[in-house]
Amino acid sequence: MAKQLIKGNEAIVKGAILAGCRFYFGYPITPASEIAEAAAYYMPLVGGTFLQGESEVASIQMLYGAASGGVRCMTASSSPGISLKQEGISYSAGSELPLVLIDIMRGGPGLGNIAPEQGDYNQMVKGGGHGNYKLIVLAPNCAQEMCDLTMLAFELADKYRNPAVILADGFIGQMMEPVEFPAPVTELPEKPWAIHADKNDETRLICSIELEPEVLEAHNRHLQEKYAEAEKNEVRFEEYRIDGADFVLVGYGVVSRVLQTTVDLLRDQGHRVGLLRPITLWPFPGKRIVELSDSVDSFMVVELSNGQMVDDVRLAVNGKKPVHFYNRMGGMVPSPEEIADQAVKFLED
Amino acid sequence: MAEKVLTKAASFYDVYERKSGAQDVTHYCPGCGHGVLHKLIAEAIDDFGIRDQTIFISPVGCSVFAYYYFRVGNIQVAHGRAPAVATGIKRTHPESIVISYQGDGDLAAIGGNNILQAANRGEKITVFFINNAIYGMTGGQMAPTTLIGQRTTTTPRGRTAANEGFPLKMCELISTLESPIYVERVALTDPKNTSKVRRAVRKALRNQIENKGFSFVEVLSACPSGWKMTSVQAKQWMVDNLLPQFPLGVFKDVSKELEPSERSKVVFSTENMNELLNIPSEENIRTDVPKPLTKFQNPRIILAGFGGQGILMLGLGLAQAGMQAGYHVSWIPSYGPEMRGGTANCHVILSEERIGSPTVSKPTVLVAMNLPSLEKFESQVEPGGLIIYDSSLINQSPKRKDVKVLGIPATEMADNLGNTRIANMIVLGAYIAITGIMPKDVVVDALPIFIKHKKLIPLNVQAIEKGMAFVDKNNGHA
Repeated sequence: MAKQLIKGNEAIVKGAILAGCRFYFGYPITPASEIAEAAAYYMPLVGGTFLQGESEVASIQMLYGAASGGVRCMTASSSPGISLKQEGISYSAGSELPLVLIDIMRGGPGLGNIAPEQGDYNQMVKGGGHGNYKLIVLAPNCAQEMCDLTMLAFELADKYRNPAVILADGFIGQMMEPVEFPAPVTELPEKPWAIHADKNDETRLICSIELEPEVLEAHNRHLQEKYAEAEKNEVRFEEYRIDGADFVLVGYGVVSRVLQTTVDLLRDQGHRVGLLRPITLWPFPGKRIVELSDSVDSFMVVELSNGQMVDDVRLAVNGKKPVHFYNRMGGMVPSPEEIADQAVKFLED
Repeated sequence: MAEKVLTKAASFYDVYERKSGAQDVTHYCPGCGHGVLHKLIAEAIDDFGIRDQTIFISPVGCSVFAYYYFRVGNIQVAHGRAPAVATGIKRTHPESIVISYQGDGDLAAIGGNNILQAANRGEKITVFFINNAIYGMTGGQMAPTTLIGQRTTTTPRGRTAANEGFPLKMCELISTLESPIYVERVALTDPKNTSKVRRAVRKALRNQIENKGFSFVEVLSACPSGWKMTSVQAKQWMVDNLLPQFPLGVFKDVSKELEPSERSKVVFSTENMNELLNIPSEENIRTDVPKPLTKFQNPRIILAGFGGQGILMLGLGLAQAGMQAGYHVSWIPSYGPEMRGGTANCHVILSEERIGSPTVSKPTVLVAMNLPSLEKFESQVEPGGLIIYDSSLINQSPKRKDVKVLGIPATEMADNLGNTRIANMIVLGAYIAITGIMPKDVVVDALPIFIKHKKLIPLNVQAIEKGMAFVDKNNGHA
């Protein structure tokens, strides 16, 4: 086995290149700049292109152009930059363009700070741009997954002709862990719909405008069918010591790492506690939560936000069982002990 | 000649499938310049034989539906973003001919930065800029090129310099940049000027065919509907008002000085990827490293000192060697509120199990390289844990009695080796000697990965050995 101790942010770029991505358009922002820097270093080495756009707004539109051209392409940013990219994200979803966006979330709202937060759940999972669209959102919690889920994001983006997102936080991005890199993807899917600068182009159009309400409604129906298909096939989650648990912790990203330790602490104290960790935030593992809500007594959602994913958990639980919530914001990351103390309070209530 | 006039360019679709049913007329108003410019571009595409390679970017504005007409690869884009999208597609298909077609609001207002930056990068695209001094499609609002005094629906009393500033002159602006190779303003007024438009269209396209650089053609055009005039009045208004404000002519042309070159496709390989990406291919994880004593297993380590002591490097070395020794490892630099206070610190975990929280709240090991670090973290160490501190810089012993303590004069020992900065490796040697977490050879194997200057490796090995020898001699005694 050959492993590399590497920062999550750099693992993303290597994973992307192994997935066949050769085009990066982006704008620097802390704490995502290392992704741009690694792309600037590696992309030209593998015959690819790195271009620093004049703005977040422009960078996502460069991606719109590159994705129209049928290549695997990516950008990375952090919360305030993602807000700016929402225009291009909505257009890309409307025009059904496969591209990969990395969001290394930081503290907000506004300029906030550069410490880790999870306040972008709503703008990525619920659609921060206009219109009836969904993004495929993957939430890695270690450096290995920064590579693996980035590669998966390219695959899913192409499969569904839709933007896919890696939603991570500054913590997972900055942390170094061993990564075993897979072999490069050598066979990329054909994209007969894309603009190839050849004689068949006259039948090809990349477009999100449709003035006829009937036609635009049909396009929206088509999008919804596609999303339903993704909901059927692409839900991914991980469980930890969930067998026999009657109290289930729910968290994603760095929080799920802290919660793993919390589960061990609470199990050592004799509490029957388990962890559910959504890997796909959209499609959300709601069905699994519905199942669990039959067998467990209550849930506790932990987020580094004001409570965004907790809405989806509550929607799935549908009032059957209590859903407790604990959070930190502004860049504060709770310790396993802090969460365990809180959990015990909920358990004793 | 007569035949040419009557025949539709092959680069136009036979029928325009806009709205319900096929049509053979455009959606443009009578007297509008878009249709004429479309025709001149389509004829040029025909004549150059580039239809198969042409990609046309339709903007937001009256020409939003240009893709109904041009029988080429078509991309419709967001307001003002055509130059950015053009950049993306041209970079992925350098063999193509990319045409960005924009109106004045699109190009000079909402997309002002996008056009300037694409021009400044010298993107090898062709930009046609229709300037009619008004927002036509949305019903006649003010454009950045609207004239002083001109009435629009959003300047009902006429544009004033005091409120809206002066009309933007894009050719003048863009021609100040170094990268663009050809910048010209032409006008669709009379047949003579229209033939100049035709020449400019062809020149701008030929520049791209010859792979020379960024070409920009501004075309002054009438908008009788927006201006609320007849076509005849509109033509006259252009001559009387637009032309004096926006003088015609070539603002920049260096295309003749440039040699034509091939437009070649992007080619990339998947050969030698591991080497190019600096990914290790050789087996590098040991499976034969003996376990340490129970009390030293699965350490959660905080390493702290002041900047310049190589704290992060020490943590990195420990994590790298730990990984090669077969442990699960994590390394995280101090982050968030922890960053304040003058100490540099990092958290390292070595574990036989998958690691949960990568942050260390209750360390089992503290390495303190200066007094503030000892004072800050001493109380957090788990009972039964281990504190290693640099006794040459910290002249007081830890107060804790329920932990194992090692004071080592690492800085002094490093000075004796001739390099103060090597104190971190002396501590690393001491740590592996006390705990037996991994043998020396694993650490030595890992050194080339995290030590950049290869000639310093022997010194690092020496430092590790000194640290180990110190422990052997003074095990556990400060």
